[in-house]
Amino acid sequence: MENVIKKATRESYGEALAELGEEFENLYVFDADLAAATKTGTFKKKFPDRFFDCGIAEADMMGVAAGMAATGKIPFASTFAMFAAGRAFEIVRNSIGYPHLNVKIGATHAGISVGEDGATHQCNEDIALMRTIPGMTIINPADDVEAKAAVRAAVEFNGPVYMRFGRLATPVFNDAETYKFELGKGIKLRDGKDIAIIATGLMVNEAIEAAKELAKQGIEATVINIHTIKPIDKDIIIEAAKNTNLVLTAEEHSVIGGLGSAVCDVLAENYPTKTIKIGVNDEFGHSGPAVDLLKEFGLSSDNIVKTAIEAVKAK
Amino acid sequence: MDSNMKKQLEIKACKVRMGIIEGVYNAKSGHPGGSLSIADLLTYLYFAKMNVNPDMPDDPKRDRFVLSKGHTAPGLYSVLAEKGFFDKSELKSLRHIGALLQGHPCIHIPGVDMSSGSLGQGISVANGMALSGKITNDSYKVYTVLGDGEIQEGQVWEAAMFAAHYKLDNLVAIVDNNGLQIDGKIDDVMSPYPIVDKFKAFGWHVIEMNAHDFDDIERAFNEAEKISGQPVPIIQKSVKGKGVSFMENNAGWHGKAPNDDEYAKAMAELNEQLKELEG
Repeated sequence: MENVIKKATRESYGEALAELGEEFENLYVFDADLAAATKTGTFKKKFPDRFFDCGIAEADMMGVAAGMAATGKIPFASTFAMFAAGRAFEIVRNSIGYPHLNVKIGATHAGISVGEDGATHQCNEDIALMRTIPGMTIINPADDVEAKAAVRAAVEFNGPVYMRFGRLATPVFNDAETYKFELGKGIKLRDGKDIAIIATGLMVNEAIEAAKELAKQGIEATVINIHTIKPIDKDIIIEAAKNTNLVLTAEEHSVIGGLGSAVCDVLAENYPTKTIKIGVNDEFGHSGPAVDLLKEFGLSSDNIVKTAIEAVKAK
Repeated sequence: MDSNMKKQLEIKACKVRMGIIEGVYNAKSGHPGGSLSIADLLTYLYFAKMNVNPDMPDDPKRDRFVLSKGHTAPGLYSVLAEKGFFDKSELKSLRHIGALLQGHPCIHIPGVDMSSGSLGQGISVANGMALSGKITNDSYKVYTVLGDGEIQEGQVWEAAMFAAHYKLDNLVAIVDNNGLQIDGKIDDVMSPYPIVDKFKAFGWHVIEMNAHDFDDIERAFNEAEKISGQPVPIIQKSVKGKGVSFMENNAGWHGKAPNDDEYAKAMAELNEQLKELEG
């Protein structure tokens, strides 16, 4: 087996902030007593005067970030996805989204891969919530390279951005030398005529692995990485559907309101195509090692392979 | 305060009240009671205190104002119109489709520094503006107005902690203590009292003020100016519906527009007051 480097995208987030802090003097970071976990502590260490802990008060943190953005600075507000998108939803909607302020929300510990902490902290709803806010940009990077590029893109973009990062170390599959991040543009990783696997976040690597296995079994899959969930790249989705007439979405998020729903929205209006959604079904998670949970909830290349074979047979 | 200045402010405040009634009457909905209770405060801020210029509404050096109790937008709009940020005729299309003036403050309206209206959020935003000013040594001040019912929101106390922790002495939060909220008296619905002690316990330097006496308003703001290292809440004792006799101290006028007769009666009262002041 080849030597795979693994890294959690929350680490990438912290490192990217520390790096971008040098370049952008008007970049400030807020956290809600989770700097060690969200990795904003990396920035804090380097720029202590530009880091502000808000304590365990996420609602206030989002408002403070909004106020700072209203005066022309670039604030990053960081906490777990559960609290950023969940607890503080209405503040994000009314104090950041409605006035369209330049606040960057760094939400870590998204999805079921939070692991042992269990259902209260496994946020599988954040993409769905954030998608409903007009003008909100949502980025769900797939690995370390993409996550760092996404943070830079967020700084350079003027407007509210929700970034989703994971706790679990996952394979770094993008090449830092050649990788190019374009906000709102999906990336085609593989071409195949039998099925299009459209994935986001840590499921992108699973999709790549699944496609390799499917090829061995005579099924050629297109693999698309959707890092920007909003605004979504309609063209790449429609093209993939036209070329395969069968779509499978894969995400570490509820099947209600996430990438799968966004893809269905695009296809239903433009090119109705049979679409199968792999994600967290309409249920809460529970405690356990992240890797085991991902397998249990079907968020694995094995499940993509199995589901894809059945779907292609039924075509 | 010299008597001429005081007279001028009283005249302005009366005109602001007329604008409130005009706006809410034409909108056929809205919140006159709490707008009238802060009419004197807003008049003082915009005509005697804040560094704002209607010709440069986005001047980065300007003082900031966040109406945390955003439902009293008619009060803010009326004072902004009086100050010249937009034409007074806009008040007549308040809340109408396609109108400039939204039901609650919107950042895209000239002179409005922040969208607000979901209670408890404005004070956090004011914190962010104040912190921003402190860390880059900007000289502007930040003012925010909260309702006494609004402080039932938990976010207000998260924000109260933050402002004291970061020593935001460039922030003044005025609590409009008119004693009434939609469902009735604040101490019947969910008492926020003792308000003064609560803010003191949160590390703020509390000042109390009579909301309808410009001498006392000036005294309070002058005192606030001298405080360093602490945020200041000014708890203003006010009369909900102040200036329109039948609206005063009546929770029923929290969120209700006057009908034709009530409008005529209210405007007649305010015209009478104005005549007396100008006479």
